[in-house]
Amino acid sequence: MPEQQASGHQQTPEHTVGDFLLRRREQIAQRWADAALFRTVFTVSRDEAAEAGRAVVEALAATAAAGRVEDPGASAFAVVREQLARTAAARTRAGAGTTQISAEVDALRPPVAELLLADLGDVPADYSRDCVTALTVLMGTLRLVVLETALSAGQDLIDRQRLQLLEATTPVIKLWEGIVAVPLIGTLDSARSQVVMETLLEAVVDQHARFAILDITGVPTVDSLVAQHLMKTVAAARLMGAECIVSGIRPAIAQTIVHLGIDLSSVLTRSGLADALAYALRQQDADLDLSAARGASTR
Amino acid sequence: MSGAFPAPYGGHVPVLKLGDVLLVTLQGDLHDSTAEQLQQDISQAVADHAVSGVVLDISGVEIVDSFLGRVLAEIAAKAGLLAARTVLAGMRPAVAITLVELGLTLPGLRTALNTEDAMRLLGVEVPRSIPGAAPGSPRPGRTRQESP
Amino acid sequence: MQTAGGVSACLPIHSDMDLVWVRQHVRQAAAQLGFGLVEQTKLVTAASELARNTLVHGGGGQMECAPVQGRSPGLRLTFSDEGPGIADLDQALSDGFTSGGGLGLGLGGARRLVHEFAIDSRPGAGTSVMVTVWKSGPPRPREER
Repeated sequence: MPEQQASGHQQTPEHTVGDFLLRRREQIAQRWADAALFRTVFTVSRDEAAEAGRAVVEALAATAAAGRVEDPGASAFAVVREQLARTAAARTRAGAGTTQISAEVDALRPPVAELLLADLGDVPADYSRDCVTALTVLMGTLRLVVLETALSAGQDLIDRQRLQLLEATTPVIKLWEGIVAVPLIGTLDSARSQVVMETLLEAVVDQHARFAILDITGVPTVDSLVAQHLMKTVAAARLMGAECIVSGIRPAIAQTIVHLGIDLSSVLTRSGLADALAYALRQQDADLDLSAARGASTR
Repeated sequence: MSGAFPAPYGGHVPVLKLGDVLLVTLQGDLHDSTAEQLQQDISQAVADHAVSGVVLDISGVEIVDSFLGRVLAEIAAKAGLLAARTVLAGMRPAVAITLVELGLTLPGLRTALNTEDAMRLLGVEVPRSIPGAAPGSPRPGRTRQESP
Repeated sequence: MQTAGGVSACLPIHSDMDLVWVRQHVRQAAAQLGFGLVEQTKLVTAASELARNTLVHGGGGQMECAPVQGRSPGLRLTFSDEGPGIADLDQALSDGFTSGGGLGLGLGGARRLVHEFAIDSRPGAGTSVMVTVWKSGPPRPREER
């Protein structure tokens, strides 16, 4: 249908490809529905596969029309990124490595190129070649996008697993009714400190713990960053109505903290976990005494 | 007295009076003017009903920004002027973490894990059978006698 | 299929009610991108602060919200107004919520809640604040000093 223009280049190859993709969207989607990439993902319904294919063709068409065939960051891809990510994830789960996924995306090109050539008809050979090149570049960009999403999903998985590991190694122990403790062991980095804070505060809610003990006996060094995180945890617990006690501050650490100029005066500290527990128990008793006394005095 | 403070833009903020303590339950996403209206309504109620304590239950609040934080602090300040103590109850962990990061420490506001603890802090005896009440102790629980 | 469209938006900030819409949209967008609860809370709170600044100090403006892609998915919010602008940016950024003096804009606080923060403001030329939060944490986790 694009009766070709004289070599006046009224339309760039990219635009031609864009128009062609839109016009042949349905046919392309149908052919792709049988291609490995879509067929193996949308196993239940071929219609679903075709619909997914349609969405991708539209994204490709928009990218071509915008003249961005070589840009994986083109905004048109944003719309199908989520879908492509799920497709890549499904293929990965089925055991396909990135090389195979790459090849499967590549395999989407030939049927489209075939249709394009048929569509172009009798245009000058040069122009025809340019259009096919534009299509090839565009499909290469699609492959990049798919691989990018696969990598990102992999990164997501690693992050999630790392978080799960951090949470598993940050046990919060219920020492008594209303008293929880986190014995910290090893070095504390930013990520770990964040997990400790969140895990502890969640435990405070779950256990109705008025007292939370942060035991740093097993922490070799305390730098200003760790101290900051401890302070934040104490402050957050206080806002929630719980009291934090930091135990296990050895003389060496105390010295470091003083040298760092950190003011722990607002933080309750005890030298050992047992001391901290004793303190918390005494406080609980005192609270009960107080409310009993109040109850008596209002009679 | 119990019922609600009507809020601008519709809706209401539930209020309950238990003994001489006012229990105010904030929920959801508070409109700025709702927060401000609440401040006035609480001050009025404290003055009108010989209230000695105010519990602000924020267990249903997902976001506390600097505006709401200031309003909460002001509620406590005004109640203090009228000789009533204020306790903020039930702050969610995510909110607490965010407030600390923001640098808002809400000094002068007592805090409690939940409304039962808050009540106890204010001298109101809470029957032990309430779920979420402080863990059992060997002492027998006493139910509050209504003051005449 | 989720479209980026559910996340992208341009919301007006001209009234108190608009602040509620801003918070709701940011919350929904962050949830859609799979952010954790603490991250969501920080972002919505930052958005609330910045939107209120736009309304109260900037005379009204808008928030643009869009997904971005880095090493992980992210969300970018841009608050802009044509207000009087900020004369002393350094001071405004170092301001916490100091009682009394200072602009009390709380920009410093909001900055701590996000991973990337950029502000462009000049007296008479309006203000634009752009913040970004990434799903997998700040771009290159670096120990703060």
